[in-house]
Formats: sequence, structure tokens, C-alpha cells
Amino acid sequence: MRHLEQLPPWAAIIIALCVAIGASMTLLGGLGVVRLKSFYQRLHAQTLAYSAGTLLTIIASMLMFSLLESRTVLHELIIGVFVIVTTPVTTLMLSRAALRRDRDAKLGHDEIVPPQRRAGPAKPDPASATPPIPAAAAPDRPDR
Amino acid sequence: MSRLAPHPVLSVALVLMWLFLTRFSLGHLVLGSVIALTAGWAVEHLHPSRPRFRRWIAVPRLISIVMRDILRSNIGVARIVLLGPDHPAYNSGFIDLELRLRDPNAIAVLALIVTATPGTSWVEYERHEGRLLLHVLDLKSDDDWQSLIHDRYEALLMEIFE
Amino acid sequence: MSAMILGFALVYAQFALILSLALACWRMLRGPRAQDRVLGLDTMYVNAMLLFLLVGMGNGNVFFFESALVIAVLGFVTTVCAAKFLMRGEVIE
Repeated sequence: MRHLEQLPPWAAIIIALCVAIGASMTLLGGLGVVRLKSFYQRLHAQTLAYSAGTLLTIIASMLMFSLLESRTVLHELIIGVFVIVTTPVTTLMLSRAALRRDRDAKLGHDEIVPPQRRAGPAKPDPASATPPIPAAAAPDRPDR
Repeated sequence: MSRLAPHPVLSVALVLMWLFLTRFSLGHLVLGSVIALTAGWAVEHLHPSRPRFRRWIAVPRLISIVMRDILRSNIGVARIVLLGPDHPAYNSGFIDLELRLRDPNAIAVLALIVTATPGTSWVEYERHEGRLLLHVLDLKSDDDWQSLIHDRYEALLMEIFE
Repeated sequence: MSAMILGFALVYAQFALILSLALACWRMLRGPRAQDRVLGLDTMYVNAMLLFLLVGMGNGNVFFFESALVIAVLGFVTTVCAAKFLMRGEVIE
């Protein structure tokens, strides 16, 4: 780690703080993924790793390589932009899939989700009169 | 301009990305420009709806509000994870909202904001009625969230896009 | 001086990320349902990406950045495909 010696102390302290806080936030996200009870709650814990962890690590990395190579290195912005653009897509698709599976009576579930809304005038849905959530899902049904 | 580079902003952004990824040299500039123009031409054939910006003034205000909210909700979610799942101080749940926004680009930006904020996640959007289903980790009251989304984000987004 | 501070921070951060990776892996193996497994896998991808960035910072090598970018792209594609599969039962229609 010889290259680290070339950094001035103030930069080292800022970078170390960014890295440590970012990694701690990511660890909290991982802890939340294990610790929280329902799927939708875990989704929020994962966003913690995406937003705080990625942002702080990218800032630290940009600062460090900019100082080491004494030119502005902005590579990491690409990862940042990529993460910002793709996170809504993955989260949205995952939560929609989960919602669809939770509404499906055949699969059996233990999460209470709001019933499907009436479809618009273009596509009338005969099943909307009876919400697809069964009153009591069998608790002993095997998970899929 | 329109024939050669149908999406100038996208093409310029792609050239800049190419130059960031590689070391700057004339060859890379030419290659990146060719790729960016090709990409812009390809996107033109996908016919996306073009964003129309009405007021640029509101953009920095929106960005500052979003940054502050992201910071605050990060701390909030970290606290909740530390408190554990059975703590009575918070409860999570779904929220049903009605959106007045209709412009697809504005809705995409709103989805980006909602997802980037830990503590709220975008679950479902019904286009015909403009109804949105959110899941919120720390739910205080239903009306709070309705007015928060309306006043904080939606008004600004309508100002910018519509 | 600065090498010591940064060395401590980087080692701590790498341990934290590896622990987080293990926790996400536990969620992926444990389930209980398919969407939880996909969520665990997605979290593992984020953690691996950040870990690569940190290793690159520790080695002073810019090229770890590119592998981090590749992991980010792979994670995005994997998660979207898995979510699509959960939603429809097939990936390509």
C-alpha cells in the first residue's frame, strides 16, 4: 500500500470517513435484509446499500484517484449514473412480481397486500368484484 | 442537426462517457463520436416521447429537496434496522395515492426519486386512473404521505414538465 | 500517517462488506419465498460491486473499476430476468 502514503492527511481522513460510513451503511442494509420481517420491508433495507453505500464509496474513490493521478478522474460517476438509472427498474420489477405472486391465491402467502384495483375502461376485469386475496391463507402451506 | 444527431444531449453524454472510460486521444474521440451518433440514431427509431422542459429554474430546487430527503431517510432507515423488526415505534404499510401527473417522463423522474429514497418504494402504477401504490417503511399517517408527495415533488415536477 | 488511517478504514470496510455479503447470501439460501431469494442475490451483487471498488482503492489500481462496472451490469440483467420470470413464468415471450 505504498501509494497511500502520497495522499495528504486531510484527504486521507475524508476518504477514510467516506469509506467507513459507506461500508457501515451497506452492512446495515445487509443486516436489514436478514433481520426485517416481510419482503417489502427488506426491499427498503436493500435500497440503503444502493443509495448511501454506493454514493459514499464512489465519492471516496473519485477523490482518491484524482489526488493520486493529479487529474480529475470521473470514471466512478458512470457507476453512479448506472446505479441511479437501473435501481428503479429492478426494484419496480421485483416488487411488482412479488405483488403479483402475493395476490395469486394458488401460491399461498402470509403477507397482506392490497387487492388488485379495477382495471381501466379499456380492459374490464370480471374478477375485480371479488378481490383475489383469500380470507385466510393456509399458514402451513410450503413456501415456494 | 436533426438528421445527423437526432438526440444531441444523449450523443454528447455518450461521447463524454467514452472519453472518461478511455484515456483522451483523437482516435478515441472519433470512435466515441461515431458510437454516440449511431446510438442517437438507434434511439430515434424507438420513438420515445421527448421530454419538454418548461422551467429550468425549478430543477436545482428539486435536486436540493431530493438530496435532503435521501439523506434524512437514509438515517431513518438505518435507525429502524438497528431497532429491529418488532419495535413498536414504527409500522410499515402500503399507501394508495392519486397522481395528477400524466407526462410519462415526469412520472419516470418521480419513480426515480421514490426509489432512490430508502423508506419508500414504488410498487404499482395504474395508468388509466393515475393511481399509485407505494410501500412505506415508517408509516405515520396516510394523509401525511399524500400531501408530502403532492406538495413536495408533484407540484415541482408539474412545474418543470407540464 | 495517511497510509495507516486509510489502511484501517479500507480493511474495516472490506470486512463489513464481506459480512454483508454473507448476510445477503444467507437470505438467498434461506428464502423463504422466491422473491426473497432474488432480493438476496441482488444485494449480493451490490456488495460485490462495492467490494471491487474498495479492493481497487486498496491496490491503487484503476482497472478494478471496470470489473465493478461489469458486475453492476450483470446484477441488473440478472435481477430483471429473474423478476420477469417470477412475474410471467418465462423470460422471453
